[in-house]
Formats: sequence, structure tokens, C-alpha cells
Amino acid sequence: MAAASLALASFGGVAHADPHPWQLNMEPGVSTWSHVPYDLNNISLAVCVVIGILVFGAMFVAMFRFRKSRGAVAEKWSHNTMLEVVWTTVPVIILVALAYLSTGGLTSWADTTGSQMTVKVTGFQWKWRYDYVSYMGKSIDKVGFMSKLDQQSDETRQLGSGMDPYAVKVGNENTYLLNVDKPLVVPVDTKIRFVITGGDVIHSWWVPALGWKLDAIPGIINAAWTNIKTPGTYRGQCAELCGQDHGFMPIVVVAKSKADFAKWLSEQEAESKKAPPPPAPFDAAAQSAAQGG
Amino acid sequence: MSYAATHDQHDDHHGAPKNFFQRWCMSTNHKDIGTLYLIFALTMFFIGGSFAMVIRAELFKPGLQLVQPYFFNEMTTMHALVMIFGAIMPAFVGLGNWMIPMMVGAPDMALPRMNNLSFWILPFAFALMLSTLFLPGGGPSGGWTMYPPLSLQSDSLAYVVFAIHLMGISSIMGAINIIATILNMRAPGMDLLKMPVFVWSWLITAFLLIAVMPVLAGAVTMLLTDKYFGTSFFNPGGGGDPVLYQHVFWFFGHPEVYIMILPAFGIISEIIPTFARKPIFGYKAMVFAIASIAFLSFIVWAHHMFAVGLPLGADIFFMYATMLIAVPTGVKVFNWVSTMWGGSLTFETPMLFAIAFVILFTIGGFSGLMLALVPADFQYQDTYFVVAHFHYVLVTGALFAIIGATYYWIPKWTGNMYSEFWGKVHFWNSVVWVNVLFFPQHFLGLAGMPRRIPDYNVAFANFNMISSIGGFLFGASQLIFLGVLIHCAFFSKKKAADRVWEGARGLEWTLPSPAPHHTFDVPPVIHDEELAHGNVHA
Repeated sequence: MAAASLALASFGGVAHADPHPWQLNMEPGVSTWSHVPYDLNNISLAVCVVIGILVFGAMFVAMFRFRKSRGAVAEKWSHNTMLEVVWTTVPVIILVALAYLSTGGLTSWADTTGSQMTVKVTGFQWKWRYDYVSYMGKSIDKVGFMSKLDQQSDETRQLGSGMDPYAVKVGNENTYLLNVDKPLVVPVDTKIRFVITGGDVIHSWWVPALGWKLDAIPGIINAAWTNIKTPGTYRGQCAELCGQDHGFMPIVVVAKSKADFAKWLSEQEAESKKAPPPPAPFDAAAQSAAQGG
Repeated sequence: MSYAATHDQHDDHHGAPKNFFQRWCMSTNHKDIGTLYLIFALTMFFIGGSFAMVIRAELFKPGLQLVQPYFFNEMTTMHALVMIFGAIMPAFVGLGNWMIPMMVGAPDMALPRMNNLSFWILPFAFALMLSTLFLPGGGPSGGWTMYPPLSLQSDSLAYVVFAIHLMGISSIMGAINIIATILNMRAPGMDLLKMPVFVWSWLITAFLLIAVMPVLAGAVTMLLTDKYFGTSFFNPGGGGDPVLYQHVFWFFGHPEVYIMILPAFGIISEIIPTFARKPIFGYKAMVFAIASIAFLSFIVWAHHMFAVGLPLGADIFFMYATMLIAVPTGVKVFNWVSTMWGGSLTFETPMLFAIAFVILFTIGGFSGLMLALVPADFQYQDTYFVVAHFHYVLVTGALFAIIGATYYWIPKWTGNMYSEFWGKVHFWNSVVWVNVLFFPQHFLGLAGMPRRIPDYNVAFANFNMISSIGGFLFGASQLIFLGVLIHCAFFSKKKAADRVWEGARGLEWTLPSPAPHHTFDVPPVIHDEELAHGNVHA
């Protein structure tokens, strides 16, 4: 299985955090946990490929060996207890192995204890809001902002804009529909707890490089965690249909070294002390509903 | 009044009525109503297919070229509603209507007038639902699952809810009719365990329908009262819970998935033995597998909701229950392969579709197993990987079975042979293009493309273009199907024999082709060796 999973890992090509043309497989991701879905994906795919080769192989052999045009005469049997026992029990054993692996990975995902930082994520039609709640045991005051589709993508994506999606770039990277005006900035090597909710309808917060998505539901606060290993820019999208601009509310996470993050955070705190707090950009009723659960 | 006298009085009914309105609109004949269902389903298949063409055309390349995002969402929503409730389900009911009485030796369905009503509700239900596309505010656009609070923003909610109520009533009446027919109208000697697997699959499906259609009706009614009557079932502002809707919906929705595949299992279990000229392998195991899948379908609903943030224990339970389904489904696939092994195979069009079903449905089953693993599902959920998965089980699964069944039984229905050449042209085009259409969608999902989006990053461009080309050609291939059907029904010169297929077994093949308007007025005598699955006691 390990060999198969290795072979399949190379199937995915070299590691890119973002989607790239002709990408065939999932990426292993950049967090301490994100290899779990990646490994499960590869192992279960390998299991399916092996079973597929056996079953479809048997079918093709049957199709060539037992053709009437080759003079095959039908046999009469329609039972074989031994075979039936085998093909009932062998799948059960394979499933138990897969279930064991999944359960371990799931249990570690569900454990948000011991986090060193908390960020509140709120989904709106059609943008995200990030509020920094605490970092290293200290609560953070008034660092929060909306994050919406960048202007260049937004102009390009209008029906009949005549603009070329291929021209939307940051450096060498095409960021069409995958860039925002203000990304979520987080530190690496830190267990970050996300508390996720929705302000109006259900959204889903998904950055593939982190290995999971979680729905942002009005009235419910969901929790998940990540611990990013490598600094970089990681892109994702809303993954639950939330209305007409569901396809146009991306997520960008910028992971910085701890020192760079501390610097960024203190700048943000200083800024929010200077300026009077901006009026809430969404109606208070929706927020209280969102926090009611 | 003696039986003989009753029988004589009905003698003048034994041909089909000459008057068009009387024959088709007032029909109580299971064959005519079956035909109506099938024509309705075919019409809906092309309407739903045209919505899919709009979707694939918009997704042909990055950037919005053709439609606004809101209209795109209307298309994805309507495509699903029309295909599920308008094409696949009525097609199976049509096949059941036509074939079940003939397969169990009954003169008609048990409740013929109700049969008429359950069909004639459908055109009105769909007229209501499709009309929303032409109304101010547009059609439903929150996805066929209608999750609140999004679905409550729609102006056409009331139309869709009433249409779903009508479809539900139709389905429940159809299911009651099928159960009553199978349990009460079998010819003497047609024991339950001698029935064809197709009849078994419909019996179990009918119970699923009765169990879950009221649940859907309840869920959408709560949506209706939340929107118009100030209730707060799903509104957190009033103490409700949006996730409650998802639980109720998928308690309907998962059995619904099996409602759309179990009759397909039945069809494949008829076609393969016929063209393998060998009894079905493990008849009782096949029946038991269908029953276990039906049972399991009630305890796996939350696998559609792994990204909702369920408690750990719930995630684990629903993962294990979902994985269990692989066992009876595997048994069915192994049994089909074993039926072919040692047979004497020929490859007429129905057999080609059946073989493609076994392979491609199994691929859909494989991705289903992968989706069951919760941590992996955190990545797959709501991506094109899921879109690829359910199109493999519904298009190359349910739809291919329906098409195969049509080729298999149309000589019995019309008395004419279809064109084998054009049937094969239709098959090869369908099987090639459907894979060009859906296989690359696995890659898109794994690379991170969410479903239900009208536009995407350029990294997804290549596979989307391939998928769209496959989509257009798969759609065009279905026009060949339409041509073959019209040719067979009206123009074919080649008459079908009573048995039609050399290896065909079962009561329906003892009848003349075309099947007369009324059949089995006198119950047939059952000979075990005439049945599709040979001697079941061995």
C-alpha cells in the first residue's frame, strides 16, 4: 500500500500549493494534518484500482472467452458458496483497514484543544470577515476586516467584460477568481483554531492546502484547527452554494514566520487604535443571530 | 354475476380505444400508461439535458460568456430537479408499469384508475415548476437540495414546493400501486422467490418511496411556512436550525438515491442472463443484497453532511454505515460478472449498455467509497469530484440501465425490431462521450474546483473544455437514440419474434409481440424452467 501511495503521489506531479493546469490529483497540503486526506485519497484510490483491475479484468476475459461467436456453450451453474463467502469477507477486511485509518485521522482533526491562536471566520453574501480573537494567550482587540474578491478579477469576471482571465496575474501566478483585496494573515508553526459561522446563508470555508473545509452556518459556530508548516500564500474558495456570487468569494491565507506575523499584528493593532472603529458593515441582527447558537 | 358474464361484458374493451383522447388521457391500461410515463421521461430528459448544455457551454472556458451567474444557478438547480424527478424516476415507473404485470402474470396493475391519476399529475407538476423560469424573479436557484436560508431568498419557492408535493403524491400512488400489484396479482405459482429480480427491485424501491416521499414533503412544507407564515424551523433568529433541514432532507435524499438505482440493478439482472444464456448467478443473494442496500440507505444520510460540523461520533457512525454499503453492492457486481463467466455471450445493444453499466457504475461506486472516508471527504465535499461521482452512478448507472431496458423490451412493446446498427452507433457514442464528459471532472475536483460555480480559475480550463466537448457530443448522441426509437415504433419493417432474444426467459416473452392491449386475462401456468433465474432451489 505504501508503495502504491508513493507511486500515486508522483501522479500528482511536483508540489504546488495552488491549482495548476492539468492537475490530476489532490495535493498533500502544507499543514501538519493535511497529509491525512491526501494519504487516504491515494490509498483508497490504489485499493479501488486493484479491485477494478481484478473485476474488470475478469469481465473482459469472460467477454473474449465465452463469446457465442467462438462457439461457447452456456453452462448451467448459478451458485458457488465458497466464492460468495470470499467476495463478501475480503471486502469487509479491506473496509476495516480503511475505516481504521480514517478514524485515526478524523479524531486528530476534531481535537482543537491546545490551540495558540483563535480566528473567527464569518461568511457573508459574498465575502468573508476575519476577526482575530486571541494570539498566544492574549486577546486581540479590534483586529478584523472584510476580505472580498480583488478588483481585477471582479472586473474581468463580468459578463461581456471583454477582459482576459489569463491576464489576471500576481507575479507569474494566475490569480483569476482566487485573489482577495485583503488576505487572512497567520503565523506558521502555530496551532490556529478557527471558529466559523455564517452571517446570512450557509457558506463553506475551504483552503485545499489546509486539508479541510467546514461550513459557515448562521446560528452555529463550528471549530477546526490548522498548523501551517511552510510560509506562503494559499488560496481557496467558498464551497457551499450561497447565491449568485458563490463562485466569486475566494479565500486567501498568507502564512508568515512568527516574527513577521507579530510585526504585522502590532501594526494592525496600532492602526485600529488610531482610527475610530469602522461601523459594522453588516446588520447587527444577523450578527446576533450568528452568535446565538 | 358469474365470472364468465363479467368477462363477456368486457370483451368489447379488449382492443385499445380508437379515440385519441380516450385512449391516452383516460387510459387505465398499464401498457398505455407505461408508454405515457416513458414518453414523459424522454421529454424531460431532453429538457433537463438542454439545461446541462447551457451549463457546459458557460463552463467551456474561463470568464463569463453566455449567462449571468444567477441564471447559471437556475440551470444547475433545474437540471437536477428535472432529471431526478422528471426523467429518471418516471422512466423507472414507466418500465415498471409496462413490465411488472407481464412479468408476474397479472392482467393489469392492481389500481388502474389510480395509475392514470399518478401519471397525469406529473405534466401539471412540471408545467408549474418549469413555468418559474419565465416568471419575474426567475426559477429556483439554490440547488436541488434547497438548503435554507438560501432557498428562502427565492421568489419561486412556493411554485417549487407545490410542484414537489404533486410529484410526491404521484410517486406515492405509483408505489402503492406497484406494491399492491406485486403482492396481490401474481399468477398462481409465481412465488415471491420466483419473481424476476427486476420485480423484486421495484417492490423494495416502492417501499422506499412510501417511506421517504412524505419526509421530503414535510421538509419543503417547513420551508414554505418559514418563508410565508413566520415560522422558524430553520431560522436561527427564531430559535431554528438550518442544519435540521439538511438532516430531514437527506433522510429523504439518500433513500432517493437508491430509488434511482435499485430498479437499474433489477434491469441489469434481467439483461445479462439473457445475453449470457445462463441463469443469474446467486439469485437469492441478489435479492438479499437489494434489500440490505435499501435498509442501509436509511442510516447513512449524514454522509452528505460531513462538512457541516457534525459531532465526532456522528461522523464516525455515518462513515462506517456508508462503507458497509460497499459489501452488498460488491456482491451484486461480482454476481453479474459470474453470470457472464461460462455463458454464451452475444453483444446486442441492451447487453452493451448492461456491460457499460457494470463497469462505469462500479467506477462511480469506487469514488463513493473514497467519499465515505470522512477526512478525504473534507477535501472532496462540494467539489467536481462529487459531481463526477454522482454522474457516474446516475448517468452511466441509472440512465444507461433505462436505455438498455428500452432496447431490451421495445421489440415486445412495438412488435418491431429496432435498428441494431444504429443502436450500436448510439451505444459507442454514448459510452465514449460520457467518459470524456465526466472522467476529467474527477481531476477538477481533486485540483480544488468547487461545484455549482459559473466561472473558474484558468488552471481548471483544460479539463473543463474537454468535459464540455464530451458533454455536447454526449447530448448530440442522444438524438440518435430518439431516431432509433421513432424508427422502431413507426417505420421498422423487421418484425420481432415473441421471444425476441434467444436467451430470454420469463413470462413476458411468452406473450405475442407486440404485447396485446390486454394480457394474462387468464393467469398463466408457471413452469420453473421458463423463469429467468433457473431453478432457484439449487
